[in-house]
Amino acid sequence: MLEEFIIRATLAGLAVALATGVLGCFVIWRKMAYFGDALSHASILGVAGGLALGLSSFIGVLAIAVVISILLFVLDRRWYATDTILGVLSHSALAFGLIAANLMSGVRISLEALLFGDILAVSWADLWVIWGGALAVVSVISWRWSRLIAMTVGYDLAASAGINGRREQLVLTLTLALTIAISVKVVGALLVTAFLIIPAATGRRLASTPESMALASVAVGAVSVIVGMAVSYEFDTLAGPTMVASAAILFAVAQVIPKRY
Amino acid sequence: MSLITLQDVSVKYDADPVLLNVNFSVNAGEIITIVGPNGSGKSSLLHVLTGALAQAGGDVIRSSGLKIGFVPQKLLVENTFPMTVRRFLSLPAKVSDQAAKDALDRVGSPELWGRQVSELSGGQFQRAMLARAIIGRPDVLMLDEPTQGLDQPGSAAFYQLIAELRDEIGCAVVMVSHDLHVVMSASDRVICLNGHICCEGAPDVVSTAPEYRALFGKGTKGALALYRHDHDHSHTHDHPHSH
Repeated sequence: MLEEFIIRATLAGLAVALATGVLGCFVIWRKMAYFGDALSHASILGVAGGLALGLSSFIGVLAIAVVISILLFVLDRRWYATDTILGVLSHSALAFGLIAANLMSGVRISLEALLFGDILAVSWADLWVIWGGALAVVSVISWRWSRLIAMTVGYDLAASAGINGRREQLVLTLTLALTIAISVKVVGALLVTAFLIIPAATGRRLASTPESMALASVAVGAVSVIVGMAVSYEFDTLAGPTMVASAAILFAVAQVIPKRY
Repeated sequence: MSLITLQDVSVKYDADPVLLNVNFSVNAGEIITIVGPNGSGKSSLLHVLTGALAQAGGDVIRSSGLKIGFVPQKLLVENTFPMTVRRFLSLPAKVSDQAAKDALDRVGSPELWGRQVSELSGGQFQRAMLARAIIGRPDVLMLDEPTQGLDQPGSAAFYQLIAELRDEIGCAVVMVSHDLHVVMSASDRVICLNGHICCEGAPDVVSTAPEYRALFGKGTKGALALYRHDHDHSHTHDHPHSH
């Protein structure tokens, strides 16, 4: 008989696999990996800030991720290159976050849980938030799907059909902020990007269209979560890293399959 | 009949004027080639015509229910992005398999159906983009430097295809060309742009003369022509234009 915390953890992992699987495709297509990395590192300030203000860590992470997304959107290419602005914003947030987390450590924050996730400590309340967030991400992306795909193929092509590429990019960055907010508790600030990139990169090998790549990417993420949880339970390894390691092995296996597309 | 009319249209990027007081119209069935140096506002003019770019001043008048087929400047679709040509034809809105098949047949490339867009050659990709643009029988076909990256026979074949499509569909064609002097011979009008319209006229169809044959090479079947610019002032391109 499976213990309840294992079921909660697996369900939380599956929600993360759903959101990161869909959004991870755009992270790969639009080369937003550094953006994902930056937002997840900055989330440490969000966790510390959220708890210091007596709010949930989810609200704190969401707030900091949204603030950085919007700042980036406003400042983009005005004085510095995108990755420079991103580096300044996110590493500043990381530094302040680490100081805050350290000051509060032992009291309410475990640095290890922040960095590597604490999936086994997911509560039923957390689970509602995580699934709510994941479904919100998937709904928004599905709603904007054809515009997002047109914009990914080309801004000019999208613009000629009345699609505002910049607005769609904002949709992507905000849903990515939400995805990171729900994922940090589960897989940790260091490994969120792994969940965005590895399943989607694996899905690429199996897919011939953007739609099938998104589905394959979610499936690979889900299998990684289930295998990772089972291995972690059996051999007492860290749950978050074990799920990412499972995804990495699936990625390697997919490279052996002869390329069809 | 005029499909799109521009009246005193100006376009700015931030504060920099790109186009000043441009007046011109696109008439049904005609082929217009727009030439001009880099930064002369060619693409901006095209984007104003499609409606993708808002003008800073003046009026853009489109006939009601106007359908535009657009072929963007060469896109870079990387192989991280899986997309079959069939799926590409459903951008931005879904089209039926039959419509997709008809469009690929019409551009003479039915074999591209299941191919990955990222693996197409320059010429194949141009045909796929053209197929996408003609789905739904547009009133105007707009192309942004469609022959960039194609060699001369490739350009000539592409121009012939455009001329055939125009005859078949009856659409007007507005094409931006990166080449100032060698244009599509079927152009009814060539417009030379440099922030404003410098000059316009018909291209010289000279492909039968041996010296031009030598210039254009064989196998272009008269698809290319020369355009003689009838303005003699020289342009510097780092300042907005006013004369």
